[in-house]
Amino acid sequence: MVETKTGKITVSNVRKTFTQPDGQQVVALDQVNAHIEPGEFICLIGPSGCGKSTFLRLLAGLISPDEGELLLDGSPIVGAGYERGLVFQDPTLFPWLTVYENVAFGLKVRNTYKEKKDEVPEFINLVGLKGFEKAYPHQLSGGMAQRAALARALVNHPKVLLLDEPFGALDAFTRMNMQDELIKILQQRGTTAIMVTHDVDEAIYLSDRIFVMTPRPAKIESIIRVEIGRPRDRDLPDFLKLRARILQILNFAGKREDIQYYL
Amino acid sequence: MNRRISFDIKTLIPSLSAALALILHLSIPNSRKYLQKPLPYFTTALIITIFVTLALAVVSLFNDRLRKKYSYKSWFIGASILFLNLLNLATIKIMLLQSIYFPSPDRILKVFVDDWQFMLKCLGYSIRLLSTGYVIGAVAGITTGILVGWSKKWSYWINPLIKIIGPIPPTAWVPIALVSFPTTFASSVFLISLAVWFPTTVLTSSGISNVQNSYFEVSSTLGANTVQKIFKVALPAAMPSIFIGIFNGTSASFITLMTAEMLGVKFGIGWYINWQREMLSYANVYAGLIIIAITFSLIITLMFRIRDWVLSWQKGVIKW
Ligand SMILES: Nc1ncnc2c1ncn2[C@@H]1O[C@H](COP(=O)(O)OP(=O)(O)OP(=O)(O)O)[C@@H](O)[C@H]1O
Ligand SMILES: [Mg+2]
Repeated sequence: MVETKTGKITVSNVRKTFTQPDGQQVVALDQVNAHIEPGEFICLIGPSGCGKSTFLRLLAGLISPDEGELLLDGSPIVGAGYERGLVFQDPTLFPWLTVYENVAFGLKVRNTYKEKKDEVPEFINLVGLKGFEKAYPHQLSGGMAQRAALARALVNHPKVLLLDEPFGALDAFTRMNMQDELIKILQQRGTTAIMVTHDVDEAIYLSDRIFVMTPRPAKIESIIRVEIGRPRDRDLPDFLKLRARILQILNFAGKREDIQYYL
Repeated sequence: MNRRISFDIKTLIPSLSAALALILHLSIPNSRKYLQKPLPYFTTALIITIFVTLALAVVSLFNDRLRKKYSYKSWFIGASILFLNLLNLATIKIMLLQSIYFPSPDRILKVFVDDWQFMLKCLGYSIRLLSTGYVIGAVAGITTGILVGWSKKWSYWINPLIKIIGPIPPTAWVPIALVSFPTTFASSVFLISLAVWFPTTVLTSSGISNVQNSYFEVSSTLGANTVQKIFKVALPAAMPSIFIGIFNGTSASFITLMTAEMLGVKFGIGWYINWQREMLSYANVYAGLIIIAITFSLIITLMFRIRDWVLSWQKGVIKW
């Protein structure tokens, strides 16, 4: 499955704290360790506020850890770069650019638009936005904006694709469709992907491994390998068994911290 | 599209108002105190108006869009003509107003007929001065605005300067500007650009420092460097605010232009008004004012058009 050998991530002993406006320190991540192989698909799952977005932002290089280190292919991650694409929790399309121009943005700033401009409509089609090339973001629905943001990240061919609940606003049908398209293209390219999701089914359907995270302490509680062959069937006994197990872990993790609001 | 004829009685209001003005103008004799010889211009203008408004009314029969627009505006156009009508009565028919300061429409029209070439030349001078100062001020304003809004270091040095110098009305600089520049033209350019520079700088920098941080984050994960973040993210995102600054600068620049011209720059339209006032030719003063009104409102309209075009992505997002 792994064609290219790039996109290996090593995270060791990472700690990240934030200072709230009232001066209080919040530990967003503590003692986080992870090894992610090139081309692997990882899902992060866990209750709200447990540090999932923070983990992605660290990997993207938008923030830096207080302690520990994050390596991509052996070299430390410093600052953001196109080789680590991030699809934000909120689509954050540039409102002054059309869908087409938003998707082309990465190619343009990297001066590769001339050679690769054919890929822009290709990815717009892939995410099902054909016919909306000239639309401005305010004319899109929430789900359409999320898909445009996904196309904008994909067109850059990142080594690592970081996805923060990219399908949160999609209906079930479009969502399954997008999952299939995403997995297909990432496998073709051998791209490493790390995706935050609140949907256990989605995590099982997509991932090679699932990282279950807990708040307080904000860390990776357990790692579950999904050993189901692809393409996966959401109704197979293996699938359902794994789902029950993950829910149990989440439930257990939640109960221990007296949290009822996971998922 | 079916070519049905449809008639709206309101489309006749302007023509009727003009006809009324013409009848009164021709039937009531000039006041006996009015000693100047009669002029044909008001009569001609009214006849032309009647023809034009009637033509519009006829075309409105066939054209739905024009009819809607024209009948909507008809009360206003009719009332404007009525105003000229009353002014005409008050000036030459009953001489209610002092004729030296309040000339009749006829005499103002005569100025346009006799003096249009010279006035156009004056207008040309004004526009040259205004646009030179304006462009310099806007470019300088956007530049300092970007520097101050983007970089802490620039903000540290320039911000206090803006706070102290900015609020001084540009016209207060006149004494200094007049002695600091080789020509009055250069000093007026300085004053006008100062007038535009201040609001543009303030609103550009506040626009840029208020850009959502997430736009910069997205652009850096897509591979944008600092220069690209300034020009492809910060600047377009701050554009609505920059336009507010430019608009404020526009009205300030008009005031400064007029002041500069009344103080010494030769051959502008402001200079023309001042000169004619000194010679007590008030008809020329009014003609100059009319030209200024038309020009400035055209400039403002043009700027609105440009803004709407540049900010077309905003339609439906923010209305102001
Ligand atoms: N910039 C910041 N300043 C202060 N606190 C922050 C900041 N970013 C995150 N935090 C805190 O860090 C913790 C983890 O936040 P994070 O956004 O990573 O959660 P999450 O797992 O993505 O939650 P969700 O599922 O709701 O998106 C939260 O308690 C949050 O309040
Ligand atoms: Mg989050």
